[in-house]
Amino acid sequence: MTHLVEVLATPLAVVGYAEPWWMAIAKSLVIFAVGLQLVPLVLLMERKLLGRFQNRFGPNRVGPFGLLTPIADIVKLLTKEGFRPRTSIGWLFALAPVLSIMSAVAVLAILPFGNVQDIFGTPTGLYGIDVSIGPLFVFAFGAIAFYGIMLGGWSSGSKYSFLGSMRAAAQLISYEAAQGMALIGVIITAQSMSLTEIVEAQAGMWYVVPQIFAFLIFMVASFAETNRPPFDLVEADAELVGGYMTEYGGGRFATYFFAEYLNIIVISGLTVTFFLGGWMLPFGIDAPGWVDPLVVIGKLMVFVFFFIWIRATLPRLRYDQLMSFGWKVLLPLATLNTLVTAIVVTV
Amino acid sequence: MSTAQPQAASTSAYRRMEESITLSEEKVVEGSRELLTLNIGPHHPATHGVLRLLVTLDGEVVRDVKPIIGYVHTGIEKTAEQKSYWKVIPVVERMDYLSYFFNAMAYCGAVETLLEVEVPRRAQYLRVIHLELNRIMSHLVWLGTSALDLGAISVWWYCFREREMLLDLFEMSTGQRMHTRYIQVGGVAEDVPSGWIERVRAFTKVMPERAEVYGDLLNKNEILLQRLRGVCAVSQEELLALGVTGPLLRATGNPWDLRKAMPYSSYDDFDFKIPVGTQGDNYDRYAVRLAEIHESCKIIDQALDGLPEGPWITEDRKVALPPRHELATSMEALIHHFKLVTEGFRVPPGEVYYPIESPRGELACFVRSDGSSKPARVHMRDPSFVNLQATMPMVEGSLLADMVAALAMLDPVLGGVDR
Amino acid sequence: MPDATGMELLARELGERVEGCVLATRHFRGKGAIDVRPSSVVEVLRALRERGFDFLTSVHGLDYFPEEPRLGVQYELLDMSALDRLTVALRVPLEDPRVPSVTPDWPTANHQEREVFDMFGVIFDGHPDLRRILMPEDYEGHPQRRDFPVGGEPILFTHNETSSPRWFA
Repeated sequence: MTHLVEVLATPLAVVGYAEPWWMAIAKSLVIFAVGLQLVPLVLLMERKLLGRFQNRFGPNRVGPFGLLTPIADIVKLLTKEGFRPRTSIGWLFALAPVLSIMSAVAVLAILPFGNVQDIFGTPTGLYGIDVSIGPLFVFAFGAIAFYGIMLGGWSSGSKYSFLGSMRAAAQLISYEAAQGMALIGVIITAQSMSLTEIVEAQAGMWYVVPQIFAFLIFMVASFAETNRPPFDLVEADAELVGGYMTEYGGGRFATYFFAEYLNIIVISGLTVTFFLGGWMLPFGIDAPGWVDPLVVIGKLMVFVFFFIWIRATLPRLRYDQLMSFGWKVLLPLATLNTLVTAIVVTV
Repeated sequence: MSTAQPQAASTSAYRRMEESITLSEEKVVEGSRELLTLNIGPHHPATHGVLRLLVTLDGEVVRDVKPIIGYVHTGIEKTAEQKSYWKVIPVVERMDYLSYFFNAMAYCGAVETLLEVEVPRRAQYLRVIHLELNRIMSHLVWLGTSALDLGAISVWWYCFREREMLLDLFEMSTGQRMHTRYIQVGGVAEDVPSGWIERVRAFTKVMPERAEVYGDLLNKNEILLQRLRGVCAVSQEELLALGVTGPLLRATGNPWDLRKAMPYSSYDDFDFKIPVGTQGDNYDRYAVRLAEIHESCKIIDQALDGLPEGPWITEDRKVALPPRHELATSMEALIHHFKLVTEGFRVPPGEVYYPIESPRGELACFVRSDGSSKPARVHMRDPSFVNLQATMPMVEGSLLADMVAALAMLDPVLGGVDR
Repeated sequence: MPDATGMELLARELGERVEGCVLATRHFRGKGAIDVRPSSVVEVLRALRERGFDFLTSVHGLDYFPEEPRLGVQYELLDMSALDRLTVALRVPLEDPRVPSVTPDWPTANHQEREVFDMFGVIFDGHPDLRRILMPEDYEGHPQRRDFPVGGEPILFTHNETSSPRWFA
């Protein structure tokens, strides 16, 4: 068994230490549990904050300060009847939300929450797995997430969903290009594709300073990638009444919903990793190892707050504006950034 | 298996009937690719009521729009013929449910013209105050829902915060938040309570600042400007041919406003400007309405300053109910009261068309009297109904998202469209 | 507003343009109205448009029951520069309720003529799309007529009753 885990892990992971197989399983369980516990938290945070932004209280009925509202939501959604339109394609309709949430959770696995620590006398990295192709791994699963959205909209057999998935296809592909381009600058600077090494490379200075343009482009593209306002054309409740998930209800809708918020957490986590020095504290403060995950989650929540703030403020773009912005502004800028970084690093 | 059978049998009767209905013919567009017919509404968040739009899409580009209306047709015009004149007021108020004071004003104005009743000055001023408050209220609902359609979700709550203040004012002066039945034939139902005027002043002080804030939140946002500027513009000539009035017409630069052009209810006493646009695009429509909120506040302030003392309803006992205290002392008052409540007043025969400027354009009430105590015909020329015909010229060739924006800027109220 | 003399002059002018189109002029509560022959309404409105009445605000129907001819259609015209309003009225009998449509000249009349057709059954010849607009497409009768009874309507959506009879009992 130990052998098997090692064999599976070796080609992908940068193994600088030996990790027993039971630790890998324990880690995956902890990360899965913590990651999924963050979602209801973010859900409640969004509703509470939106309430405050909008001059109202937000949910405050279930539990103290409405803390149990997400639980009530999930219980309500999961106990609903699972139905599908007669025109839908059954197995794809059921598969699509699973693809969505699967890809989101998969990216969570490589998110570094801390450096290698000593737990029960075993050196353990505070991350699921440290792959040597971090950004590529992220984009690979991002592409699968796109199938989750497109198949969901297309297999619903509804015209609104169809339009939504058409938009999703165009939007996610165009912004993935800009997002990837923006990251190349970071990779060149760090001289590594391993996320932990990227974080460690930021010991002197967080990449948000030298790679400020990459940071901004990555942020904007992330909004588009997660279908958040002002790029929520895929859902666009005013026009498409929910877009690709118009026909979804109950548990399947909950899955999509979960995936959406998990994506926000993951993308915030990636931003923290790539640009804000991951688990490091500013001004060279050296904190004990157990603080690392808290630092990451704290920084991550700042970005989640930013996502919510933007949602409360900005109106939605139009489809053609979105496309021209992605291709004519973001992608050239990202390419330019890559070029300049490459020249600076080599010279 | 067995459950599906009766369902199919029962729906098919209705489906057959539905399929037998011929809609107008499909529009053929030259050189277009595969077209998609999308049915938007009657239940859709962006249609502002139960409007149904049959949209033909070429990709995301709108090639044809057919508005289908009648889902909230409640036969109010027919109902009005069964009621005595003063009982019609609450019924017509429920047509355009965002501008109930205007509906009542148009109807009462028409009946007053038939009766040749003089409305006291105080009543005229009180009417103006309530009409303008109502105009602000209607524009606030429009602003909130339009911003929501454009994706700016927070503005809705801010607008409804101010709307709540207005509804509280209405409740204080009339006893109702909506459908107030405040405007009566011959004046208004009651004088405003003490303390109300101060609260209105506090509101007109706060409202322009708030409108300024909304303007900043929206006008200074590049995304919103790009969504609105130069989008769905229609020329003035086309709008005039389509009979479009109100902010839509003013956005093209035509300063047609009945309050200025043909003043009623002593609107000529007040000094106010008519905001106009230049391009007639969605941005102008938005800017004109936002500016009207400021102008309405000015009118209210002036009306409060110059509010004359005196009766708030005509002294004509054949039309207006006698004051409560007279019932105990005067036999005549009791007879008038009894006649009015049981039968209502009789109106000389004739036909009158009484137009006023509602938040959406020319709202006119046509009343035909045959000499009895019930109107022989009440017709509302509702601006939403007429303006809705401008949908197609506005949105042809634009994107689906712009169609939603244009519909929001058109501001139809389906209660008024279907009556 | 044209005064009573002005109305007469206007009527004479119209009568010269379109032979025998004006039946009567009325002046009521400061507003003029011209009764015209139904067949001549398109020409009359065209002539009035040249006189400055270039905005058609409203087209509405009436039922003069029990008088004859029963059905009426009124066109409210507006002169935006002279600030003037004028009503053009016509009446048609119930047996032959045909009026030429003014929609080709005045696009705004489209929905309004459909409403008059829906509510009164006046048929507008030459209307591009004369269908019911407010009432359901398969509705029988014209509800705004004065002899149309006010009362119960059959329920349209009877799905629950037919699929499971007496589900409520």
